[in-house]
Amino acid sequence: MINVHDKHKPLTFIEKTYLPAIVSGVLLTSRHFFVNLTRHILRAFGVKLKNMAAVTIQYPEFLRPLFPRLRTMHRLTRREDGTPRCVACMMCETVCPAKCIYIIADEKLENPQIEKMPRSFDIDLGLCVFCGYCVEACPEDAIRMDTGILEISNYTRNGMILDLETMLSLEPMSSRYVQYDRGGEVVSADYIDERHRSDA
Amino acid sequence: MTESIGIVLGKLAFVLLFVLNFGGVLTWVERKQSALMQDRIGANRAAIFGFRAIGLFHGIADAVKMFTKESFRPANAEKFIFTLAPAISVFFALIGFAVIPFGDKLLLGGTEINLQLAPLNVGVLYLFAVAGMAVYGVVLGAWASRNNYALLGGLRAAAQMISYEVALGVSIFGCIMIYQTVDLQEIVRWQGGYWGGWLPAWGVFLQPVGFILFLTVGIAETKRIPFDAPEGESEIIGYNLEYSGMGFGMFLLTDFIETVMIAAITVTLFFGGWQVPYLMPDGFHFPWGGTVELANWAVAILQVVSFTFKVIFFLWLQMTIRWTLPRFRYDQIMRLGWKYLLPISLANIVITGFLILMLK
Repeated sequence: MINVHDKHKPLTFIEKTYLPAIVSGVLLTSRHFFVNLTRHILRAFGVKLKNMAAVTIQYPEFLRPLFPRLRTMHRLTRREDGTPRCVACMMCETVCPAKCIYIIADEKLENPQIEKMPRSFDIDLGLCVFCGYCVEACPEDAIRMDTGILEISNYTRNGMILDLETMLSLEPMSSRYVQYDRGGEVVSADYIDERHRSDA
Repeated sequence: MTESIGIVLGKLAFVLLFVLNFGGVLTWVERKQSALMQDRIGANRAAIFGFRAIGLFHGIADAVKMFTKESFRPANAEKFIFTLAPAISVFFALIGFAVIPFGDKLLLGGTEINLQLAPLNVGVLYLFAVAGMAVYGVVLGAWASRNNYALLGGLRAAAQMISYEVALGVSIFGCIMIYQTVDLQEIVRWQGGYWGGWLPAWGVFLQPVGFILFLTVGIAETKRIPFDAPEGESEIIGYNLEYSGMGFGMFLLTDFIETVMIAAITVTLFFGGWQVPYLMPDGFHFPWGGTVELANWAVAILQVVSFTFKVIFFLWLQMTIRWTLPRFRYDQIMRLGWKYLLPISLANIVITGFLILMLK
């Protein structure tokens, strides 16, 4: 479809008037216009169509499927006894390129084999660049970025700071991710169909 | 000119509402048409009591926003001219419609109403005078802002609009030579004839080159994409950079009104204005023999509807072009204007004159 134009070839007179290119462009866009207009009108009268008139996903009502490896808001995992897996080794704080992780370590008195635990674990999402290095660096699988939470906003800068309790309470939100099987086929994506119901 | 003041005011109200409504609806058309062309849905969130009306309320939301927003004026700006410039811009865009005929004569209770606001016998010249003034609002606003980027936009506007002004005037000389008049109502009446008994004698069939030239130059005069160098959003933001609130809104409205204006002039000069094919003052006379008798008021309504639909078609065409083409570079605009459009317009005049002499 795309005509890659040779820069070194001079334009012919007809091409220099821009008219052939303009006409073909206008025909292309008006074909889209009339095809989509017809589809919208037919759908408004309740006709089921194979093709959609628009590719829009109406965002707040319908969510876009997320890829399973997408990095979203952080969460901290727990041990079986409910305590944080984090051992306050400072790996994530060290590797963080945005320097947005602040850990204050504490002695883990009840289990001398683990030695350390975080007293406080803050991530300033206002600074975070969502690179995922903290997840990569963690030797304990204590921090993950699989909550599926993308809508991160606040009225104050302090409100952007995630603390230990918040991150421990977050759950992985696999329902918002598209599930693929090993062949790469979509096996579960309920809301992909939902967007067909979205109206103009 | 024996029309009472009431009739004149009625016509004035009609024309003004016609234009302003089209200008307002065009904001909706622009959003929705571009969306359909790009397989999107377009703005549909503004709602009154949960009723969305396919995005029609966005124009109202825009208006409310612009009226309630602070109209900021930079400290160094030229106070008087900065405030006046948007008004100049929108004023000259609006008054052009005074000479556009939107119908033939309507008989109402014994009085004959000429469906044209100002029956001016130099209508075309008046239109070009008004179009020539349109650049002042832009240039004055840009200069008065005391902002270098705005000034750059103003300079580009001056260069572009004055360059295309020349081609705009020259491109329709061919038409005027054929019509032998500059009275727009007479021009439309001239186009009421038929060739071979069936082809409407519209200007576009006589002046196809003139039509393409005029439409191109007309789109350039609206300073919208692909001729939006004065605005140049991605690089200089444009002549309206320092404007906010309704000042900005008036510049925006000017562009839409000029779009309607160019559509109306194109229809008047090249597409028979209010003419409906085969509609005579007393009804339809089809070339294959049939006649349908119509009352005078029905004919007048058909003419106004015909004019409106023709204008709508050209609005659609301009919107399609605006959402299809990328912006011309500044040197391309200048080259197109001076090296192609103007010489072709001049050649058009010479050839038209030659043909008129030959066929006489």
